[in-house]
Formats: sequence, C-alpha cells, structure tokens
Amino acid sequence: MKIVAVCGMGIGTSVLLKMNAEKVLRTLGVDADVEAADIGVARGMARDAQIVLTSEEFASEIGDVPAQVIVIDNFFDLEEITTKLKAALPE
Amino acid sequence: MEWLVVVLNFIGQQILNVPAYLVGIITAIGLIALKRPAGAVIGGGLKAALGFLILGAGAGVVVGSLTPLGNLILLVTGAQGVIPTNEVITALASVEYGATSAYVLTLGFVVMLALARFTPLKYVFLTGHHMVFMALLLSVVLSVGFGPDLNWLVVLIGALLLGVIMVVMPAFAHPWTKKITGDDTIAIGHFGTLGYIAAGAAGQATGQKSHSTEKINFPQGLKFLRDSMVATAISMVLIYMVFAVWGLIALPQQEAFDVFGSADTGAYIMAAFAQALQFGVGVAIILYGVRTILGELVPAFQGIAEKVVPGAKPALDIPLVFPFAANAVLIGFLASFLGGLISLALLAVWLGPVFGLALILPGMVPHFFTGGGAGVYGNATGGRRGAAIGGFVNGVLITILPAILLLVLGELGFANSTFGDADFGWFGTLIGVSLLTGVPAIGVVLTVVIAVVLVVVASIFQIRVVNTGWTPGAKRDAWLASEAEKAEAEKAAEKAAAKDAAAPAVETKA
Repeated sequence: MKIVAVCGMGIGTSVLLKMNAEKVLRTLGVDADVEAADIGVARGMARDAQIVLTSEEFASEIGDVPAQVIVIDNFFDLEEITTKLKAALPE
Repeated sequence: MEWLVVVLNFIGQQILNVPAYLVGIITAIGLIALKRPAGAVIGGGLKAALGFLILGAGAGVVVGSLTPLGNLILLVTGAQGVIPTNEVITALASVEYGATSAYVLTLGFVVMLALARFTPLKYVFLTGHHMVFMALLLSVVLSVGFGPDLNWLVVLIGALLLGVIMVVMPAFAHPWTKKITGDDTIAIGHFGTLGYIAAGAAGQATGQKSHSTEKINFPQGLKFLRDSMVATAISMVLIYMVFAVWGLIALPQQEAFDVFGSADTGAYIMAAFAQALQFGVGVAIILYGVRTILGELVPAFQGIAEKVVPGAKPALDIPLVFPFAANAVLIGFLASFLGGLISLALLAVWLGPVFGLALILPGMVPHFFTGGGAGVYGNATGGRRGAAIGGFVNGVLITILPAILLLVLGELGFANSTFGDADFGWFGTLIGVSLLTGVPAIGVVLTVVIAVVLVVVASIFQIRVVNTGWTPGAKRDAWLASEAEKAEAEKAAEKAAAKDAAAPAVETKA
C-alpha cells in the first residue's frame, strides 16, 4: 500500500507528517510505504496511491483523485492520525 | 602496517570524503541506533545517498539555465544579478563542501541536543532542509575564512555554531509563535526568524488599531502560488523575459542573440523562455533530491532526539503557522515581494554602485514562504496593517541581507545564486566578518564568543521573557477587546430598538 503525505514544498511539514504516519502505522502493525510530496506532484502521485494525507487547504487543491484524501488538522496529534487512518484502512 | 595506511586512506578519500556516501552512512547509523530492521537500514541509507546524487544532477540543470541569464544581466546592467534560492545554492555548494557540511550537520545535531538538554533552551530543531542549508552555509563561510587546510577546525566551529543557532532562534521567536498558535507545544524552527521577529515588532509599532486579516474575504485566485513548481516557473519566466527584452533594446542585436546562440528574435525570445523553464526543472530535481534525503535523515535524527531530550519542544517549518491566518499569508507574500522589488531598485541605483553589492532578484518561493510567515507574525501583533508592513520589512531584509552575504561567500559568490532567508544573511555575514583578520586563532575566539553570547542572551530571554508569559501586542489586544465590546453593545442596542419598534405594532394588532 502507498500513502502520500503532502505539503507546499514537500520537504518541511510533509516529512514530519510522513514520520508521524509511519509511527502510527507501526503501532497499528500495518505495512505501508509513506512518501512525502509537494503540492505540485501530489496529484500525479495520488494516481497510484491509496491514501493521501494533507491539510485542509491542500486537500481542496488536490481535488478529485482515485486515492482517498484524508485531512489532518494537527500534524503532530498521533491520536488524530491514528483514528483517521484506522477508519480509512481496509480491514 | 603499510596496508593499514592504504586501507584507511582509501576509506578516508574514497568513501568518507564523498558527500553522497557519507550522508548515506550517517542515515544508516541513525537507523541502526533506532533498532530498525536491516532492510530499512539498507534502504534508508541507500536512498539518502541517491538523494544526494540527485541533488548534484539538479544543480547541473540549474547552472545550465542560470549561466546565460547571468551573462545577459551583466551585459545589460553591468552588475551581477543573483537569484537567492536556498535549494539551488545548496546543490551548487555541496559539490565542493558536501563532505565537510555532512560532518558539520551530524556534529551540530549533537551540539543542539546537548544544549537542549543542559540549557533552558528546550528546542529540538526539526526543519531538516534548513539544518542542511545552514550546515552548508557555515562550511562555505568557515572554509573561505580558515583556508583549505584547516578542515577539522571548520567542522568543529561549524558544528558549534550550527547547534547554537538551532536552539536560539526558536527561543527568540517563541513569544510571537505562542501568540499565533495559542499554546506552548510547538515552536518555529526556520531560518527566516529575523524576518518574523521584525514583522512582529513592526506590526506592534504600526498596527495598534488594525483589525485582523482574517476578517477579509479574499479571492482564492492566488492560491496556486503555493505550488512551488508553478511559482518558480512564473517568476523565472518573468525575470528572463524582462532581461531578454531589455537585452534586445540595449545591446547590439548580434551580441544579444549570441547569449543563447540564436539566429533571430523569435528564437532568442523562445530560448530565454525555455531556459526559464529549465530553471524550474532544475529546482524540481533538486527538491526531489532534498526530499529523498530528508525522508530518511530526519526520522533517524528525530528518533534519537526524542530519546536524548524527552519533552523538548519540536521547532518546525514555517508553513505550520499558515493555517492560523491564511489571509495574512497572502498579504505578507505580496507585501514582501513589493519590498523585494523596491530594495532591488535601491540596490541598482545606490547600494550596488556605491558598495559593490549584487542585484538580488526576487525569487517567488522565498518571498512566499518567509513573506507569508512574516505576514502571520505581523498580523498577530498589528492586524492587516501589521501583516502588510511586516511582510514588506521581510522583503527588504531578504533582499539586502543576501546581497551583503554574497561578499563573504568567496568564489561561490559568483555562482549567480545565494542563500535567501534572513538568518542565513545575518548569521553568515557575522561569521564571515569575524574571520576577516585571516588569523585562524582570532577567528576561533571571535566565533566562539558569538556562540556563547547567543546562548546566554537566548537563555536570559527564555527565562525572563518567554517563561514569564510576555505577550507581544497586548495593547492592541485590549483595543480589540474594547472594540468587540462596543460592537456587542451596539448590537444589543439595535436589538432593543428593534424590539421597541416592534412592540407598538403588536399592541395595535391586539
């Protein structure tokens, strides 16, 4: 499974989001590749990913993609990421 | 024992001196320390190394597009034109200083952890790309100052300075950051901090009676500028077109055509257009490289930091504050860009001819990120007016400071790019100036003094100002509260009036 974490440049906050998502996935015992991306390539990367994690502003910009777009309000809230990822993951 | 010398020499020269391998090894060691499985260690290390090589490939593309632009600007204005882009100058400088900066980065991270552990400055700087940029800047400036033979000294002093700047800047920005985010859990770790503090102060000075930017309804049409690929391409096309047309007017036609080796005007214009897009391509490649390195390196670093300094505040990248005042980001960006243009004019007509400073052309990406951040800081203390003036001040800073920094960057100063954000400017220049005597011993003393002073001042600031909960712009907050009260009272009065007006009507009906 592929998950994409998105921010403006793809080197700042998205890397942190990627790390926190990986942490959550490890505790959930889910095997997935998480990659950081900037908004410029996000639409392209979302083509072959299952889940996109991003902030509310970028979610509207990414628009309609085959991947499931999940809005994370606080990139540092592991609980929020856990609940939202859990709901999105296939059982 | 001769074989041992040969082996050590081989390791030193062929492996530890090659930045890509070195970064890969450092990442792998970090992942081993975090007890990741062997596959993750090999994959992470290899990816970080590949990321570094991608950086080099992107640098080649960028140089290819910057060289004709540099020539063109030199021909028409007689001055050196420079576009400050951190990613670009980092990629260029890493060819020569990559290995040194990798050592500075690793050791500097250790210094930061020690400072966070043992001083009141409990910040862990996690903005990976800025760590890398600052390590490179310090490696370049110190190598130029100490000369090529004192590499070990460059690494030691560079690491000390890097560790210090990574804990003091989040502390200095923290009163404003707290005001923006409304709590004390995260700090800003970004080397545009001087611009943010200046914006916060300017906002407080000018916007005492100004409402928040967030009450304005903005058109969403400028949002596409958050896309760095689009923003870079647009700004480069603009810059290229301005100078290409200028070249057509000011130069003998053949001389202008020769810059791109074109045969006629149409080919000349389209060559300029194509080169501008090539710059965007180069930056995109570099960003991909940076992302590949950071995706592996930052988690390794953060995992270690969490174990060594539990409970320290993470100091994060500037877009973190953007959601708190989205309109202020836009206002700050536009005002910053304006500040950059006006400062460019100032450089062209006065500072350039008199002090020999280069022309700093406004790059859309630094103006967006640091200008946007300055807008948010300005808004927090001075509302709309604060966001605009704060952004403008930032724009002036990130144009003038890089121009001064170029003077201390040595031969790299001719690469047509430089570091953009404010802290690179003042810190790099300060370090460069303290090495000017050319005597390494004096340079060491002065730089260590700078480091100690920064830590002491920041510690005092942390204890006296941050910890006591000083809020910048408290006067305006009081004014805002009274305004809100007034509005509330008016509303209540209106309601009462409406009731009075309605009451007789009810009566007659009855």
